[in-house]
This record gives sequence, structure tokens and C-alpha cells, in this order.
Amino acid sequence: MLKLITDLILTYIGTVTFGVLMNVPRRSLNLGGWIGTISFLAYRLCIAANLGIAVANLLGTLIIGILSMQAARYKRMPVINFNIPALVPFVPGGQAYQMIKNFALGNVGEAISFLLQVAIIAGSIAFGFLLAEMVNRMQTKLMVQFSSRWSHENRNNPKL
Amino acid sequence: MTNDQGHLMIKTALHAGRLMIENGSEIARVSDTISRIASNAGYPDSKVYVTITGIMMSVSGEENAQIEPVTSRSIDLEKITMVNDLSRDFADHKITLAQFEEQLTVLDHHSHYFPLWIQLLSAGIVSGALEVVFRHNYPDFLVTCVIGLIGWGIFYVINRVAKIRFLSEFLASAAIGTLAILAVRYHLGTNADDIIIGCVMPLVPGVPLTNAVRDILSGDLVSGIARGMEALMSAIAIGSGIAMILQAV
Repeated sequence: MLKLITDLILTYIGTVTFGVLMNVPRRSLNLGGWIGTISFLAYRLCIAANLGIAVANLLGTLIIGILSMQAARYKRMPVINFNIPALVPFVPGGQAYQMIKNFALGNVGEAISFLLQVAIIAGSIAFGFLLAEMVNRMQTKLMVQFSSRWSHENRNNPKL
Repeated sequence: MTNDQGHLMIKTALHAGRLMIENGSEIARVSDTISRIASNAGYPDSKVYVTITGIMMSVSGEENAQIEPVTSRSIDLEKITMVNDLSRDFADHKITLAQFEEQLTVLDHHSHYFPLWIQLLSAGIVSGALEVVFRHNYPDFLVTCVIGLIGWGIFYVINRVAKIRFLSEFLASAAIGTLAILAVRYHLGTNADDIIIGCVMPLVPGVPLTNAVRDILSGDLVSGIARGMEALMSAIAIGSGIAMILQAV
């Protein structure tokens, strides 16, 4: 439990400082950090529930995608300010490193098994974003029907 | 272009688009912004074709199309946000087209990066924090911070001095590998693998990777693949820097 809390605190710090390196505007740093922390908590809960690494990454990035869109609408800023820092804890750094190391040392079999893990994680991250995009579009469609402000703002949105 | 207003509109829109692509925006946002600027300036039927290396734009009924090449590329999300804010202000009639263009020129010449010491400190903290999150190796936290800081410093200096793409990633990761192995050899750290995993994190091409996926999803296949290659090249540069050191030891 203590380990999880330390991890979450460090995830928040890591997300915000990565945002600094990408020169994210100061007023969106904090929110981006929170999105990263919440999605990482979901990821850890999935891992703890033995749902497997693919579902965990998919759910984590789905949450990043949905929350970043809400944050972008709330703050009226481009969505990449929120989802790029929040994605950092999901980068398969450990597996990618093991892959490189095993290739360099000549253990091709092990290297390929790590390569497959990296591919699985990257794939689930991409499909997590796809699902989030679908949710966001459905939200826009619904809101356009029910709110006059939304239908005014989206009157010439080609995606609808 | 026959009239001045149309000429200024195309110039402003292309300028805004170039600034956004140069600083790492996804393509769908750029073409959306450009067509919004055009329709807010009174040209609702403009045609725009955006790729990662250049923008083409024309106004229906007028003769010549204009081209804006995009040659340099860096990552500065604040500039994208500021162009976005300016475009919103223009849509709300808070600024005129001429003021818009003027402010874009100002924005082009002044970057609002965080000071170098904050960047270095952040790079160190990113490395340490993610090393603990990924590997749960608490004793190596501090040494990872220091090596990550040095790695980002090398990356920054080489980007400034020699403007060769991917060389900075390669040399920085080679330096990180060397320092991590030396640190373990002189008993400053316990596990070189964990230290390297943490220290490489600030160099990860997060923006090109995310944008590649978003571009491909939104149908900008040409730009998506180009961006994916860019991310892949950075990853290969980092990987081969590390692999070279690991093989040499």
C-alpha cells in the first residue's frame, strides 16, 4: 500500500517535470499531472486484479484520452498539453531496454520475446486512444443535440 | 492575389500553421485552425492541404495558391497553445488580422522556454521518479537523478551546438550508459540496468510518437508515417547508443 502511494506521488512528479521538458504552458502542468496519476492508478489496479498488461494499458490510455479531452475543453487549450505528459508512465521503457540489451549481448530469443511485449503494450496504448476518441466524439454528438452552446460551437465541425 | 485582405489572410494563416507544425502540433489541429482563420476573415471556401513538411493553401475564385515550407522542427507546446489562443481571440473579434500577424511574428522570435536550470532539474527528477516507479529500486534514486541531469545537459548542448538530428540522442544515451556502468563499478549505484532505464526517459520521443498515432487515426496518413519514422529514428538512436556501450563493457 505504501509502495503504491509512493509510486503515485512519484508519477505525479514525473509527469509534471516531463511537462516542463516539453515546455507545456504553466497553467496546464498541474492538471496534466493529475490526469497522469489517476490513469496510472487505474493501470496499477488492473495489474493487481490480474487483468494482464494489455487490458491495463488499454484502460489507462482510455482514461487519459477521456480526461485530457475534458481538461482541454475546460481550460480551452490544445489536448496535447495534457495527454503527452500523462502518457509518460505508460512508456514501456523497461521492456524496450531489456530488448536492446539482449540484442546487443546476442540473446536473440529473449530479445524477441521482449520485442513482442513492447509491441503488445504499444498496440494497446494506440487502441486505448482510439476508444477514447470514439467516446469523445459520442459526447460531442450528444451534447450538440442537447445544448445550444455546443451546437453553436460545432456548427461547422466536419467530423459530425 | 488581387486584394490585400485576402493576401494578408493567407499570409497569417500560413504563418500560424507553420508555427504550429514546427513546434509539434498534430496535422488535424493545424488544418482546422487554418480553415477557422480563413472563415473568420470572410473566406469560408478556402482549400488547405497540410503535411508535416509543408502547407498549401488557396482561396476559391482567386488565382494563385500559396506554399509555406516547414523546414525546422522542435517541441514547444506553449507556442501551439499561444497560436490557439490568438486564433480564438481573432474568432471573437478581439484582435484584427493585422494584429494577429504582428503577434505571430513576435511569437516566432521569442521562445518562452523554462530556464536551463529548471529544465536540468526536471530532467533529473523525471529520471529518478520513473526509475522508482518502473523498477522499485529506491537506493539508486539519487544517482539516477544526477546521471539523468547530465544526460539531458549533453542532449541540450549538442542540440544547440551541432544542429544534426538524432546525433544528440545518440551521444546522450551513450554518455548515460557509460556513466551508469561507471557508477555501479565504483559502488555509487547498485543496478546499472535500472539507472539506464530511468535516465533515458527524458529523451523518449513522446510528442512524435503520440502525434504519429493521432495523425494516422485522423486520416493524415502521409504525415503520420513520416512522424512515426521520426520517432523510430530517435528510438533507434537512443537504443544504439546504449547497445554500443553495453557491448563494449
